[in-house]
Amino acid sequence: MIKESLKEGNVRIPSGCAICGIIDRTGRRFNGNDIIESIAVMHDRSNGLGGGFAAYGIYPEYKDFYALHVFYDSNESKKTAESFLNDHFYIETSGRIPTEKTPTIRQQPKIWRYFVKPNRYKLQESELTGEEYVAQCVLKVNSKFDGAYVFSCGKNMGVFKGVGYPEDIGRFYRLEEYKAYLWTAHGRFPTNTPGWWGGAHPFALLDRTIVHNGEISSYDANRRYVEMYGYACKLQTDTEVITYLFDLLNRRHGLDLETAAQILTAPHWEDVDRMPAQQAERIRTLRQIYSGALITGPFSIILGFNGGMVALNDRLKLRALIAAEAGDRVYVASEECAIRKLCPQPDKVWACEGGQPVIVYADYEKAHHEE
Amino acid sequence: MIDYTLPEFLVDRDLNRCIQCGVCVRQCANEVHAFAPNDPKKMIVDERKCVNCQRCVTLCPTHALSIRKHPNQMRESANWQPQLIKEIFKQADTGAVLLSGMGTPQPYPVYWDKMLLNASQVTNPSIDPLREPMETRTFLGRKPERFSPDVKNPTVMPPQLELKTPIMFSAMSFGSISLNAQKSLAMAAQELGTAFNCGEGGLHQDLQPYAKNCVVQVASGRFGVYKDYLMNCAAVEIKIGQGAKPGIGGHLPGEKVNEEVSRTRRIPQGTDSISPAPHHDIYSIEDLRQLIYAIKEATNYTKPVFVKIAAVHNAAAIASGTARAGADAIVIDGFRGGTGAAPTRVRDNVGIPVELALAVIDQRLRDEGIRQQVSLIATGSIRCSTDVVKAIALGADAVYIASAALISLGCHLCRNCYTGKCNWGIATQREDLTRRLNPEHSYHRAGNLINAWTHEITEIMGGMGINAVDSLRSNRKALRGIGLNDSELRVLGISAAGE
Repeated sequence: MIKESLKEGNVRIPSGCAICGIIDRTGRRFNGNDIIESIAVMHDRSNGLGGGFAAYGIYPEYKDFYALHVFYDSNESKKTAESFLNDHFYIETSGRIPTEKTPTIRQQPKIWRYFVKPNRYKLQESELTGEEYVAQCVLKVNSKFDGAYVFSCGKNMGVFKGVGYPEDIGRFYRLEEYKAYLWTAHGRFPTNTPGWWGGAHPFALLDRTIVHNGEISSYDANRRYVEMYGYACKLQTDTEVITYLFDLLNRRHGLDLETAAQILTAPHWEDVDRMPAQQAERIRTLRQIYSGALITGPFSIILGFNGGMVALNDRLKLRALIAAEAGDRVYVASEECAIRKLCPQPDKVWACEGGQPVIVYADYEKAHHEE
Repeated sequence: MIDYTLPEFLVDRDLNRCIQCGVCVRQCANEVHAFAPNDPKKMIVDERKCVNCQRCVTLCPTHALSIRKHPNQMRESANWQPQLIKEIFKQADTGAVLLSGMGTPQPYPVYWDKMLLNASQVTNPSIDPLREPMETRTFLGRKPERFSPDVKNPTVMPPQLELKTPIMFSAMSFGSISLNAQKSLAMAAQELGTAFNCGEGGLHQDLQPYAKNCVVQVASGRFGVYKDYLMNCAAVEIKIGQGAKPGIGGHLPGEKVNEEVSRTRRIPQGTDSISPAPHHDIYSIEDLRQLIYAIKEATNYTKPVFVKIAAVHNAAAIASGTARAGADAIVIDGFRGGTGAAPTRVRDNVGIPVELALAVIDQRLRDEGIRQQVSLIATGSIRCSTDVVKAIALGADAVYIASAALISLGCHLCRNCYTGKCNWGIATQREDLTRRLNPEHSYHRAGNLINAWTHEITEIMGGMGINAVDSLRSNRKALRGIGLNDSELRVLGISAAGE
């Protein structure tokens, strides 16, 4: 049994990791075998204490519903949380997430899935947008309901994660049965031994998911910055705070992903001073306004969202991150072998430059229409 | 009448070394040393006048002099300490308020010394400052909440003071220090890409070339304030209070208002220069807002306006009000801060340490969601580069230093600034003494100090895996308290070492 005090949120746990992502730019969907095979190559970068996946485009038949994936510790916690969900949402359908008995996966919680829309009356009363309403309800369940944890809440996408090596987690969730145009994966090497299912990655808020490798040294500066805007960093993890930073910049402040990257991994002043005046002025302004959002220290991340992904390396490139293109597909991974395993001869392979985001969009609406 | 006070120091002269050259006689403005009236081979000493400024010791060519605590002892009492008895003798003599110079020497806790810094090991790498860019560039001023991506309606950036390193020279007026001392700091600030502060004494015409690096003060006496003073500066600072003497004004006696001081302060020669305790047009927070905006209007919104407050018990609420009143930066001056002259009792008993005030102010501004609106400058005994690092990790954007800057120019902290007889040419207007400080030489010393500290700051940041001061700011996980009780840890917002 894990000591409560060592769970995420009660203590700050730095961790090393493996990450990878595969996207099909045309939006064509493919099953989870590839991503499992890719992350499995980097087995030694994890230590069996956490693995997970995010998949986009997997629920086309429920694409207008928020898909809630929830861990329950007990029937009791399920009962109390479900009464909250019933009050706040219209539930189209629900059920257990199908899993397969896997010898290496133990102590799994009850894992449920709900396709929901906000309760129309409650939504109107709250004067919030649908997204904000869902985000706040999820935050409430996760902070107020013991033993219940919503770990995925976006539309037409889902997170699958748990304690174990990522390839075992992938088989456990039967990911070969899902088809997505974007997959990301995470294998975890925490420097502590809590092994709580909710603490595995990806970390998700609405359709934004983050897989992350590294330990950011600016953590507390970033945390204290986002908390000014109403976020509560409950898990005390880098991944959580980076997700919130993206949410703030991209969703709430309406900045595009390139601009968000210029804030999180701001160019060094010595480079800014050599830029053309207008460009330098823009970067200076961003840096002055968002100095609390600057991330320093080693990290590589893949941010997934409905329609694409961003891969980003810290500005000094203290962590590995490799990208490759092959036909319609783009791959990113902590190690090149994870790409070569699937695609021995890509058209192009390159090491992502520090602070230079690799942004890839998928035309999934069109592809879905053709399907 | 018998002088009851006893000498504090004993001046030792090694007669085997002394060559009777008379340097000590010429160097001591306190007239401690003299040749015996009838014997030029014999030196005599009046140690009652000695302030232990170390000038004679430093300049003696044969190192014949040393000064130590006087061995004479009064009857011991843990309650009636000798200093208290001496002060009573003094007050019985004069009937006056006790005066002191520099920061309090009382043994209050120094929280900088009770906080330990972090470093990277294994899970994240330290950053090598010799290989990687280390950024200390800092901008002081109000920041908008968000960047506007709309090109038709772009972000309007309020005026900022840009610093190459987050260390500035704090307010010291021409009057409290010599023009040569002020000029040394002005020249250093210009070369370093930072700012100095001219205090409430106006900006002397010789310092006009350094105006772009000068934070000009508007204090309760409004001395030296006129249009060009406001228009040519780096920033304007409204001084509400000073850490060494919260709630107290200042007084430069008329006899010290000579031609130069009179011209710079823009007051008639020979008149008393009195800075009242409060600003008589600021009796409330809404009055402060009017002065802030009067200055902004007068400068066409081109200068950041700082407000300097002494760290007092309800500093957090005052800072919140000050931010909402429109200040672009708040200067928090802790009670250990220096002064040219302050009533001893006030200096030693009023206010709180800057560490605690800074921590609660930063937290309060964040809790209220207005931290973005204002920069924080910590001051009041910042003694070394790690004090700077710890201040920034608690939430400061930058720091001001004053005592440390004067020490770099030669001050030996004898704490007798208010006598006007500073042997180092710093806290004096006597020409024979001010001549001892040559700005062309001494500005390098102030510059070296800041460069050395900045170098140390980047080393320490690199060790933490941080390569921009932005990521150190308010990064309280970089700090751990040692030997602090739970309340102190809570106020500082940090964990205990080992946690």
